Amino acid sequence: MLLFTLLIPFIAAIILLFIKNNKAANITAISFSALTLSIVLCIVFTKTTSIDVAWLPQLNSRFLLQADGLAKILLLLTAVSFPAILIATTSNQLKNKHIFLSLMLFTQTGLTGVFLAGDALLFYFFWELALIPVYFLCSIWGGEKRIAVTFKFFIYTFLGSLFMLIGIIFLYTNTPDHSFAIESFKHATLTSAQQMTAFVLFFIAFAIKMPIFPLHTWQPDAYEQSPTAVTMVLSAVMVKMGLYGVIRWLLPLFPAAAKTASIFIIDISVVGVLYASFIAIRQDDMKRLIAYSSIAHIGLMSAALFTQNEIGMQGVLVQLFSHGINVLGLWIVADIIEQQTGTRSMKALGGLAKKQPTLAILFIGFALANIALPLTNAFIGEFLMFNSLFQFNPWVAFAAGISIVLAAIYTLNMVQKVAYGAVSEKISIMQAPNKYAQAVLIVLLIVVFFSGIYPQPLFNLTADTLQNLFC
Amino acid sequence: MNAIIISALFGVIMMFCSWGVKSASAQKNVALIGLIVLILANLSQQNGWYVLDIDTKGMLSFSRFGLYANLLLFTLTLLYAWINGDEIAKVGNNAGDYYALFFFILCGVSILTSFDNLLMLFIGIEILSIPLYILTGADKKNLFSNEAALKYFLMGSFSTGILLLGITLIYGATGSFHLTAPVIDASTGLAKEQFLLSGGLLLIFAAMNFKVSAAPFHFWTPDVYDGAPTVFTSFMATIVKAAAFIAFFTVFETQAKALGYSWGIILPIVIILTLLVGNITAVFQRSVKRMLAYSSIAQAGFMLFALYGKSDFATEGILLYAVVYSLATIGVFAVLVKMKEYSFEAFNGLGKSQPLIAFTTTIFLCSLAGIPITGGFFAKYYMLNALYVSGAGLWLLITAILFAAVSVFYYFKLIQAMYFTTGEAAINEIDKTYQYKLLLIAVILLVIGVLPSLLFNYLYF
Repeated sequence: MLLFTLLIPFIAAIILLFIKNNKAANITAISFSALTLSIVLCIVFTKTTSIDVAWLPQLNSRFLLQADGLAKILLLLTAVSFPAILIATTSNQLKNKHIFLSLMLFTQTGLTGVFLAGDALLFYFFWELALIPVYFLCSIWGGEKRIAVTFKFFIYTFLGSLFMLIGIIFLYTNTPDHSFAIESFKHATLTSAQQMTAFVLFFIAFAIKMPIFPLHTWQPDAYEQSPTAVTMVLSAVMVKMGLYGVIRWLLPLFPAAAKTASIFIIDISVVGVLYASFIAIRQDDMKRLIAYSSIAHIGLMSAALFTQNEIGMQGVLVQLFSHGINVLGLWIVADIIEQQTGTRSMKALGGLAKKQPTLAILFIGFALANIALPLTNAFIGEFLMFNSLFQFNPWVAFAAGISIVLAAIYTLNMVQKVAYGAVSEKISIMQAPNKYAQAVLIVLLIVVFFSGIYPQPLFNLTADTLQNLFC
Repeated sequence: MNAIIISALFGVIMMFCSWGVKSASAQKNVALIGLIVLILANLSQQNGWYVLDIDTKGMLSFSRFGLYANLLLFTLTLLYAWINGDEIAKVGNNAGDYYALFFFILCGVSILTSFDNLLMLFIGIEILSIPLYILTGADKKNLFSNEAALKYFLMGSFSTGILLLGITLIYGATGSFHLTAPVIDASTGLAKEQFLLSGGLLLIFAAMNFKVSAAPFHFWTPDVYDGAPTVFTSFMATIVKAAAFIAFFTVFETQAKALGYSWGIILPIVIILTLLVGNITAVFQRSVKRMLAYSSIAQAGFMLFALYGKSDFATEGILLYAVVYSLATIGVFAVLVKMKEYSFEAFNGLGKSQPLIAFTTTIFLCSLAGIPITGGFFAKYYMLNALYVSGAGLWLLITAILFAAVSVFYYFKLIQAMYFTTGEAAINEIDKTYQYKLLLIAVILLVIGVLPSLLFNYLYF
């Protein structure tokens, strides 16, 4: 079963290279990603499975895939996001669309692999594999400054992952049985200084990917310059790689070092949250605003992770999924507006509610979820995360709490400028969005409210991860 | 032994074959057959069948490692000649001569993979180098080629002199030319005649650094690589360099102990210098050919990791690195020879006009940069791991990866030119078979990138 989640997107990506017809390519891509989704749903609702085959006998590295709660929730997010993105952006006109779609599905393969790998070398492999197609996607189909911006993004993450590679070599050599499996890594004999070194090596890679202030500089530019479908992948799924890495590798492998470093990391995370929120307030470009708001949310999750508190962890696990869905919704709305009006500047927009009420309602729904209002899915996660921060240190929780207010300011400001006011010139030419995109938005919004009102299934899904981490 | 005899024999045959075989393509075919015979001869020795069973009195010893290295290097040469045959014919009047020189070089290669005696090292290096001086100057009417050949010859002879002096000093210290581990006095931790011995080893170290173009002995490399006809640069930068590295590795695998503590200082200095010079200078090159010359210096820096200490990672890694690096470099050069000019701008828009060529070039460049699913990743991985298990500090690994990130910069500059910049690519007509040959190399690199262990199985069974 698990193998199929990797194979199907991979095979589809290869097939797509040869389908030159736009329409056929779209249909192929969407149907294969929907097929993946159905398989993932089966995996999510069945017992934990794993695959274990010898890969590199000399190195004692294994092709080991495991799906526990943490992996499942991210697998689900990936599998939901891709069909949603592909459907919502079917009408976008791009040159060589079949290659674009093919690279998208390669990305999906890489991402799925990252979340499933239980062997460090395999993890590294997929980690890089997810990056390379994105590099080409952004550089070929991106905005004006795409080449320089994407290259910065690529070098940043590549350098980060090389640090992780050294960390992997370091741990591998110190394991008793010279193996890359996560279980053997846990038994590596390290002095506390060595543990700190390895912690730092891994942390750099994850911090760049999340990204945590001050390593975030690649992100707003990359989000802005990428084609929107790729931005959606980046912000909904790809940033989760960093958080996933922390939960899966960093905290279980180096608990002592994580404790020592936690105060520092929480502090910079909170500083990052406030910093990103303040910048978001000043943005006029919708894409950049959502990008900074995303940095703020991720920073909060990283702070909550390092409190190493069961409640906080629970919050993060749920939020991993919720944040992905919310931000996806916002991007789709922003993309529809941009495709139709040709601008992202909020000054030029206004009166969406009068012209396109349905779209405006959906937009406001996601905006509310972005502020983490009760009844939306983000509320429960953020509540738990603030709870853990409060237990860690009330002052930190207070500082981070300011970000809620700031989130309300910039999100509502965006809603006000885009949805209300007089109908602007740009908005007046808007047609009704295509019905597929609208359907996707509606489904996502249902997920937002359903998991906001009844989050228990998500808790159940991740219960085993929590148990492993804290018992 | 088989390989040494057959390669020398075919060298002579190729020299005279132009009397009987006139057309360049027929000469190429004779050479290809010769290479296949050579490979078969080497394979038969691996399985214990000999053409001649000579007692070499300990001058040569045929280890599993050495024979396997032979096999890999011969196969690479076969691939090289198969792809570049037409270009070789274009260089001068008589392609047969060049093939003869290749076979003599391969004779040197097979001595370098099997020597057990410092004199044989010297002979191997000379047999390898002299044909190279000729190949560098093969483009007789081109002044740059002449300059490069003269420069290479003068500096190469000088370094050979240093090598000989080193060997002499070691002979003075130990009374033997044999590659046996030095006798270390347990009470002082020093070898007998420590001063002569380490002096000699350092001189050999310098000379070998020259041959593999490691800094600060690299100054000839960019000019020679740039001046030589591009097809031959490809050969020099790959197979010859790999062979020199294997010889380097063999000498210091046993002898490094005699240098004791200072080995751990000298080698890192050379490594860091090589990485620094190679990578930083490559960033500023305007010509792709010169960039590749500097990148080959940078890659040598990575290969030097294998010398740091004895480990399985080092032995496997040096072979893996040599093969992967050679494959990728042969590939890039095979594209380069088809270009009308060698600037980065010449590659603009190649992704559109020649999608397959651009794709394969991307794979080669990714492999050189060490990006996963290409062979280059595992090559770099083995080297880093070898360095770490031999007891090098993490700081050295971190320095290495910082430079690896720099290398991405200049390799990707070419990818950016091919795919993201519009323009008219200055490329000659390329026929389909040539493209498929390149694709084959790319596929081999991808297979090694996923299952590198295919290469090593032989070493163990």
